[in-house]
Amino acid sequence: MEWIFEPWPWYVSGPLIAIIMFLLIFIGKGFGMSSNLRTMCTMCGADSKADFFDFDWKSQRWNLIVVAGAIIGGFIGANLLSNDLSVAINPDTVSILEDLGFSSAGEAYLPTELFTWEAVGGIKALIILLVGGILIGFGARYAGGCTSGHAISGLSNLQLPSLIAVIGFFIGGLVMVHLLFPLIF
Amino acid sequence: MRSIGYLLIGIFFGIVMFKSEAASWFRIYEMFQFQSFHMYGIIGSALFLGVIGVQIIKRKNLKSFYGERISFIPKEKSFSRYMYGGIIFGLGWALAGACPGPIFTLIGAGFLPILIVFLGSLLGTFFYGLLRKKLPH
Repeated sequence: MEWIFEPWPWYVSGPLIAIIMFLLIFIGKGFGMSSNLRTMCTMCGADSKADFFDFDWKSQRWNLIVVAGAIIGGFIGANLLSNDLSVAINPDTVSILEDLGFSSAGEAYLPTELFTWEAVGGIKALIILLVGGILIGFGARYAGGCTSGHAISGLSNLQLPSLIAVIGFFIGGLVMVHLLFPLIF
Repeated sequence: MRSIGYLLIGIFFGIVMFKSEAASWFRIYEMFQFQSFHMYGIIGSALFLGVIGVQIIKRKNLKSFYGERISFIPKEKSFSRYMYGGIIFGLGWALAGACPGPIFTLIGAGFLPILIVFLGSLLGTFFYGLLRKKLPH
């Protein structure tokens, strides 16, 4: 059972994600996380500002419960099922990141240069996280789904729109990492 | 009763996101540098089983646990909304190193500055709602 405390390899994780999608399908729902952001906007009163948010959010309560579970699952994964949180990425990636100023590469789960309150106090990290979040929320709703809704659920159902969206995800990601990161960091 | 099912599936999902390291900013960066098979293996193996499973459900007309018909709603046909929205999402995914599922997972894992990404994602969703009618879809 010692393996459970180690990082789970892709051939365990990928099939488990497929199982999660099928559990949701067989329970009569679907796998999609970003739609919860719209639900939360409506709960906060956004329906009075734009009719996009004017819907019965209670019909999405089931998905909010999945979100609550995902939060609990993150706690369990980090605190009860892990001995060492560092992520063993490719040494070549580590050296590229070190050149960009990420000295925590290879030694942490998330870069301490972005995800500590100390870093956030330096404003630059705060802006990066906020802008990153805005792009995620805006893009996911514009594209009608995120990684779970398009890359997993949509492509599993052989949806051409999902393929276009996933190609877009990669164009955006590659532009960010290869063209914009050298300017930002 | 169903609520407990949703909660357990969510917990399972959160654990998998964390333990697979799909919630790690570093793994996302490494993926966009094409320097590891890890993330491609996760998405690829999930899809391999996903495509087969969905085909089986459709061809055998399988019913849900509650005996209801399982219907897959086709996505609306379009190019621009998926491409433009996808690119914007991809920029954010690479910058913040997390997509919506892992954002929730990381809150639970205790990396609390992710709350700023979460707040941003709510704002981004809100901005989309305001601008929707002016955007090409």
